Amino acid sequence: MTNSNIGTMKTGYAQKRKAADIAIYIILSVMVVIWLFPIFWLVARSFDSDKVVAADHIIPRSWTLDNYIGLFSGDSEYSKWLLNTLIVAICSCVVSTLIILMISYAFSRLRFKSRKTFLNLGLILGMFPGFMSMTATYAIMSLFGLNKSLLGLIIVYAAGAGLGYQVSKGFFDTIPRSLDEAAKIDGATKNQIFWRIILPLSKPIVVYTALTTFLSPWGDYIFVNYFMKDETENWTIALGLYNMVVGNNITEQFTTFCAGAVLIAIPITILFIIMQRFYVAGVTGGAVKG
Amino acid sequence: MDFLDYAQMTTGQKIVYKIGAFFRGIPGAIGHLIAIIGNFFKSIFTTIGNGFVGYGSRFKNGDIGTKLSYIVMGAGNMMHKQFAKGILFLAAEVAYIVFMFSFGFVYISKIYCNGVDLGDGKGPINGAIGHVIQAAGADSSSGFVSGSFNKPVIDNSNNVLLFFVLTLIVTVAFFAIYIANTKSAYASQQLIERGKNPVGFFEEVKDFLDERFHITLLIIPSVLLLIFTVLPIIFTIFIAFTSYNKQADPNAEKIYWWVGFENFKEVFASTAGTSETFGKILVWTLVWAVFATFSNYILGIVLALMINKKTIKFKGFWRTAFVITAAVPQFVTLLVMRCLLFVDGPINQVITGLGGSAINFLGDMGGFWPRFTVIVVNMWVGIPYTMLISSGLLMNIPEDLYESARIDGANAFQQFTKITFPYIFFVTTPYLITTFVGNINNFNVIYYLTTGGPNPRGYTNGAGQTDLLVTWLYKLTVDQKDYNLGAVIGIIVFVICAAGSLITFNMSKASKNEEEFS
Repeated sequence: MTNSNIGTMKTGYAQKRKAADIAIYIILSVMVVIWLFPIFWLVARSFDSDKVVAADHIIPRSWTLDNYIGLFSGDSEYSKWLLNTLIVAICSCVVSTLIILMISYAFSRLRFKSRKTFLNLGLILGMFPGFMSMTATYAIMSLFGLNKSLLGLIIVYAAGAGLGYQVSKGFFDTIPRSLDEAAKIDGATKNQIFWRIILPLSKPIVVYTALTTFLSPWGDYIFVNYFMKDETENWTIALGLYNMVVGNNITEQFTTFCAGAVLIAIPITILFIIMQRFYVAGVTGGAVKG
Repeated sequence: MDFLDYAQMTTGQKIVYKIGAFFRGIPGAIGHLIAIIGNFFKSIFTTIGNGFVGYGSRFKNGDIGTKLSYIVMGAGNMMHKQFAKGILFLAAEVAYIVFMFSFGFVYISKIYCNGVDLGDGKGPINGAIGHVIQAAGADSSSGFVSGSFNKPVIDNSNNVLLFFVLTLIVTVAFFAIYIANTKSAYASQQLIERGKNPVGFFEEVKDFLDERFHITLLIIPSVLLLIFTVLPIIFTIFIAFTSYNKQADPNAEKIYWWVGFENFKEVFASTAGTSETFGKILVWTLVWAVFATFSNYILGIVLALMINKKTIKFKGFWRTAFVITAAVPQFVTLLVMRCLLFVDGPINQVITGLGGSAINFLGDMGGFWPRFTVIVVNMWVGIPYTMLISSGLLMNIPEDLYESARIDGANAFQQFTKITFPYIFFVTTPYLITTFVGNINNFNVIYYLTTGGPNPRGYTNGAGQTDLLVTWLYKLTVDQKDYNLGAVIGIIVFVICAAGSLITFNMSKASKNEEEFS
């Protein structure tokens, strides 16, 4: 084989590769447009003074901040919903994170009789649809006088969180046991090992657990709708926004919905982008590093 | 193949061998699944059985204190100088007895009442949950009636059933304490017989921060789970065997009663259309789960491959663009899609503008468009997630695998089918099955987009064409107030998910390598 032959082969290969790359660039660009369009549309329409859903334009003809102002003035309950969601999210985040860490630490690092039974029970309980027993939960809350209250909602979220221990248990499993043993020889109790050795080593999973439990009440519709029903002042943001675009409300409140959605999407989007690597590690059970 | 053959392989061959072993293991995994279910019940019964181990022999070998503690809890501990512990046990017994006589027995007696007459002309009902005490004059035998003189006093069936389940749970908990009491009495007796001092109360309390730390950690979560998860689930399972619906609603001062397997019969083999609706929804749920899972999975991996291809530039830009769509809260993007696809919405505006006829994406009665749309929108929602997850995995594939494949003359397609795909599939199988089970339970995508509709003829009980079992369960409970049918559907969803999840748990790395780092 002569040198020139190799040369033509190389250019042929390079051309083919280039064609493939261009095709990929085109596909990716089209996909990005499709994927970002609805978000762009949402943001653009939130500044639009034209309230029609099917307006014949995407970029507003006349820009306005009225939609945002409308959220916080008049008889709008948006700020109330925002505050409710924030209260519920913060409280249930604190309680749930504690509960999840306690359960997963016990199952991961401690060895006791009937541990396997409890693990299996947790697994089985987790397989019932979460809201299947909603009627009963509601009846229990009514007995305590907590139905239609935010406290009831917090308790429901926190109690349900106990079953989401798998990810953090998996994390605790990866911390070498020799650490516990060394501390034990130095006279530390298991309580001290938990607070002083394991927790400081587990910052990523504490952050992941806190963020997921903080974010979940923002999107929940099922329990809020069933618990609060017509008590609009106790609604959370998801239920409030849902009601803006269902049925005939959409013609009146569409652009207000856009503004409300943009406002809460911004902080949550930022949170998610920051925590995406924890998210990936959580889902793949630590198979991915980084 | 023995270990020596395996050890002599290159890294590439080892991985290929392991992947092959994984696929060869699938039939075994299914067999294992059956074994797991058996083991689960075995472990529950052994735990219960363990409580009885030595129950008799402890009594036989026990001194008078230990023997007494079989009737008067804590007596053994008190006679063995453990006063504080003894008093706690005794207090538990007294509390349980008071609880049962003032509360528990009342609801146990009301759980199955015969000859209950609601006074609505339907005659007396047998097997009712709760009593109806007729107003004075209407029924002289019932005696005292508080409050109104005209209206009968009707028990709230919900409360009766709730308190009945609560009594069951308290009884089980008390039984555990009772067994612990006999063990503790015997243990302290043995210590004294060996000439040692019984463990002091404060030392024992301290132990809850060390050797018995698991009890300290688990007690609060367990109580919360018992009251707000276990109790409601047991209650709901009972509901599946009752007549609790809008005609027999305690909230409307009615009573419900036990009906045996009637509700299961209605779901599986009724003539009224419920079972037909159930069949359609079950099929659609499975079709949806298959399409939603695999479309996202395969296209997400393809997207990740395109972005991660070596010669492609601006990787960060492409990634971020897609991650943003995954980061926006799902209910926001779903509601935006609902607005976009609205029958008079912007997308249809464009279609009619181009001279086409508007498509009722979310409400077309034909059955094709709404289903097609939810699957496509779900792809829009889910592909970025898969891309995010598989991107990390792609970077983990050892480069020398591709190197040796290229030397052997494999082209890009062969490299994908022989290396990339088997590797990713191997690592993500647990994720794939969790996603599948998650899609069976995917309430949000369906409810925010179509609310389960449209509802053409042939669908009863409020169901619609895009309803999954879970959204139908929600509608049955909230809108239709057919609580009993909802409970049956819940049990069916549980059975489907349990089968899926057990396979996942069985195959997942976490359960196999639990002790690897120990």
